[in-house]
Amino acid sequence: MNAPSNLKYTKSDEWFDPSSGAMGLSDYAQSQLSDIVFVEILVDVGDTVEAGNPIASVESVKASAETYASATGKVVAVNKALSEKPETLNSDPYGAGWMVKVEGGAVSDAMDSAAYGKYCEGRSH
Amino acid sequence: MTYIPISPKERDAMLATIGVKTLDDLFKDVPAKHRFPKLDMPPALTEMEAAMELEDIAASNENVRGDLISFLGAGAYNHYIPSVVDHILRRGEFYTAYTPYQPEISQGTLQGIFEYQSLMAALTGMEVSNASHYDGATAAAEAVNMAYAQFRGKRKKVVISPTVHPQYRAVIRTYTQGMELELAGDDGNADLDSSPQELKSLIDENTMLVIVQYPDFFGRVYDYTKLIEAAHSQGALVCIVANPIALALFKTPGAMGADICVGDGQPLGIPMWYGGPSLGFFTTKKSYVHKMAGRLVGETVDSRGQRAYVLTLTAREQHIKRERATSNICSNESLLALAAAVYLSVVGKTGLRQVAELCYHKAHYAAEQLSKIKGMGLCFTEPFFHEFALCVNQPAEEVNAHLLEHGILGGYALGQDYPALKNHLLIAVTEMNTKEEIDTLVDILSEVNHD
Amino acid sequence: MTDATPKIVEPTIFDLSSPGRTGVTFPNPDVPRSELPASLLRADLPLPELAEVDVVRHYMHLSKFNYSVDGGYYPLGSCTMKYNPKINEDTCRLPGFLYTHPLQPIETVQGNLALMYQLQEWLKEISGFSAVTLQPAAGAHGEFTGALIMRAYHKSRGDAKRMKMLIPDSAHGTNPASAGMLGLKIVQIPSDARGNVDLKALKEQCDDTVFGMMLTNPNTVGMFDEHIEDVIKIIHDCGGLMYADGANLNALLGIVRPGDIGFDLMHFNLHKTFAVPHGGGGPGSGPVGVAAHLADFLPEPLVGILEEGDDETPPLFGFVKPAKSIGRMKAFHGHFGGGMVRAYTYITMHGPEGLKDVSQYAVLNANYLQARLRSTYHVPFDRICMHEFVVEGQFAGSDVRALDIAKRLMDYNFHPPTNYFPLIVHEALMIEPTETENKDTLDAFADALIKIAEEAKTKPELLHNAPSTTLFGRMDEVKAARDLVLCCWLPEDY
Repeated sequence: MNAPSNLKYTKSDEWFDPSSGAMGLSDYAQSQLSDIVFVEILVDVGDTVEAGNPIASVESVKASAETYASATGKVVAVNKALSEKPETLNSDPYGAGWMVKVEGGAVSDAMDSAAYGKYCEGRSH
Repeated sequence: MTYIPISPKERDAMLATIGVKTLDDLFKDVPAKHRFPKLDMPPALTEMEAAMELEDIAASNENVRGDLISFLGAGAYNHYIPSVVDHILRRGEFYTAYTPYQPEISQGTLQGIFEYQSLMAALTGMEVSNASHYDGATAAAEAVNMAYAQFRGKRKKVVISPTVHPQYRAVIRTYTQGMELELAGDDGNADLDSSPQELKSLIDENTMLVIVQYPDFFGRVYDYTKLIEAAHSQGALVCIVANPIALALFKTPGAMGADICVGDGQPLGIPMWYGGPSLGFFTTKKSYVHKMAGRLVGETVDSRGQRAYVLTLTAREQHIKRERATSNICSNESLLALAAAVYLSVVGKTGLRQVAELCYHKAHYAAEQLSKIKGMGLCFTEPFFHEFALCVNQPAEEVNAHLLEHGILGGYALGQDYPALKNHLLIAVTEMNTKEEIDTLVDILSEVNHD
Repeated sequence: MTDATPKIVEPTIFDLSSPGRTGVTFPNPDVPRSELPASLLRADLPLPELAEVDVVRHYMHLSKFNYSVDGGYYPLGSCTMKYNPKINEDTCRLPGFLYTHPLQPIETVQGNLALMYQLQEWLKEISGFSAVTLQPAAGAHGEFTGALIMRAYHKSRGDAKRMKMLIPDSAHGTNPASAGMLGLKIVQIPSDARGNVDLKALKEQCDDTVFGMMLTNPNTVGMFDEHIEDVIKIIHDCGGLMYADGANLNALLGIVRPGDIGFDLMHFNLHKTFAVPHGGGGPGSGPVGVAAHLADFLPEPLVGILEEGDDETPPLFGFVKPAKSIGRMKAFHGHFGGGMVRAYTYITMHGPEGLKDVSQYAVLNANYLQARLRSTYHVPFDRICMHEFVVEGQFAGSDVRALDIAKRLMDYNFHPPTNYFPLIVHEALMIEPTETENKDTLDAFADALIKIAEEAKTKPELLHNAPSTTLFGRMDEVKAARDLVLCCWLPEDY
């Protein structure tokens, strides 16, 4: 499982990049969902998102999930390319698979990479 | 009689394996004071007795294939069903199968639905069709749900033409009562002479969906292209409720730019069956497919490199997405979708066009003859398909009562939904009505007017 | 994903089309032709062109690709795949039913209305409810109807703050989806170690915002809730209504009436309990029964007696509108021909004793199979079950999964049980034998499952590669979802 050390993580498997304000779905989450075939970003540029509120709906061949904001802030960019190529979430969750960028993103009780790694391990049985 | 194939001896052996003495011992979790109620119902009949009882019940109805001549439509139509259709439907392989969740052993149902989807797309001129809804009315209500989801609840207004079937409008009202929507235009007292363009004044930037019917409830055929352009300019979607037989003749909803086309598939090889089950078809543009309710079959390959079909995009549906699903629909009208597919295949391009033209010519002959009767006349002047509103100049119910005395099932009395039309009948004519029947109707209505 | 051109087992109806062929044709008009409005006509009608024999052979070929109850054993949990009596197929096609129009004057369809009235009465008697609507088209449609009735009830009492629907974690997906259509907040209630509703967790959720609870009983692991009366009392005490999902009613006919133990309303699945065939996914039929305090809210119309009869004249049946009706759930009166006539035929042939036999033998068969499989497969809730039970389709130290077991069963010519449902059991295999199977079939099925468990240890590749004896192998579901070919042609083709 891949969890870059420069990112923060939530218990609901989202990541947040404090330097760029980008957020998305973790590698663990994409592997659990497996083949993702649909993603809909539920917020628009200009909206204010609060950590824990839904920002995207994701569907794979066998499962569906909501993605929640990993930080609070004002949306400055939305990754429109994802809806055309939802499989990007599988192939590059931390890069081209970013979902939303916020300005002045504030995170509360997020995990660092090591803590998130342990958290994921504890769930796989 | 029952259909339980277990002998008393086998039963006792099974109870011993389980480790209990009697069948009653299996029900100890059921609260004792309510266990084994005595049901006050008649004793069982044998198959022979049941067959006779049901024959008696059915025979006590007056049907439209022998007892009555019918000019009643208004959403259910007496069309000819080719013999082939029911022969296929009565194959146990089709009707005793479940939803095709195991595609390796359900390719018959899956390919059948895939072909149904293809046929409905061809007929409506739309890009995709789902595997069916309960009926035309619930399909229209699901169009509202889809539009609501498409705008993520940010638009709250639906514009409904008053010339959409009154029961369809009623179902939409029922379905949406928890959604806090504004339903505009849904009014039987509206000006029914006005052009559909007039709906434009109701469409605004809060409008998610505009619903019109084609032909409309009064049988009128309009080109909705301009209305659709106007709705699109406000960002709203448009749903056309269409009669599938009319689509054999007239411009398709797809060609007019509609976003959704729904309707009732009953005219496509499904008996009227006192109103159900029929089939709701639902077609749309490919870009909306993730918001569409219902099952969907897609083409793929199997592990042996064979072309095959599976239920696809299932994560939209209730069994996976639960409260966030596009709809709660689970059971649909699969077997009747197969009926529609067989019907469209066996009448084909030539036969369906013939059916539509027969309906058109016979209805126009009837309209022409009826409007010659003194004091009667057509209510509207627009082009129509196989139904038309006839002014009978006296309460429509009384006219129908008189017709029934002569073995004729008259038209739908429009006053029950449109107070201004209390002296109007909606007359439907299909390929099943002979010239002789039409002439009889004309004769009797001429008498009525002289009474 | 392979790029090779796939092998075509059966061409589509469009592949088979050849220009100029005709199937069923119609006569020339016996009236003068009228002019068609040129500007309104469509350009082309791209439907296939085939002769009748081509159509018959095509659909005959397709039918052979299907597994069916008529063809073999179909122990699909929660689906009640019982035998569908052939007489029902005849009665529902009697001309008096097939060719009656839903808007005919009631005087001309007294047979239909009498049948509907009687079916309402029987369903009331079977369930212990005061009133029944036959209008809902399917189980999920019945649930939505029920949720709307519950909403109307609370609203009529000025009780607008109730927005919380409690639903066990073992519920069918339709339950939360139906409640979700009303914008209700769904709160999931866990199950306890014996498969019952966890009473402690339930009580924690109970307050004056509870709209109600949707409960399947027996539940989807086949257990009759041991504290059912407590559960109902807890919900009623906080002002909520108790909805029964009747999907599993096949366990309860003549055993217990949901209305008697305090449920406020319930939907029936005529296509499960009362042998209406499943038709490859539908049509179903989902009548809803309600207790007296909810009768006024039922959808319109119901069938009632408009004029009482006497010894010489039968009563006059017709439609009535409940006083505070939620409105209409679909056009016309429900699934009359395909649903009600078949169910009526079935009930009339069973009578009260026959119906009780149905449930007793459905439960007998389930417990027998459970007893035979218990030592081979882990049964997470191991007590006397009702009409179905769940086992785990996995073995310690093996990478074989429930899916593999399901697929391998096809090689033994059985339809697999429901798998991966309910969600509360890992690798669930949910088995519903039904009452219409004999001991030999049950034994053969148990033998196959026991043999497959052995194969999982010794030859797991047989399971991973299954099915191997069927006409089609496992499907590339990712390709289907990514390429999204939903039609025989691309729309730009015409």
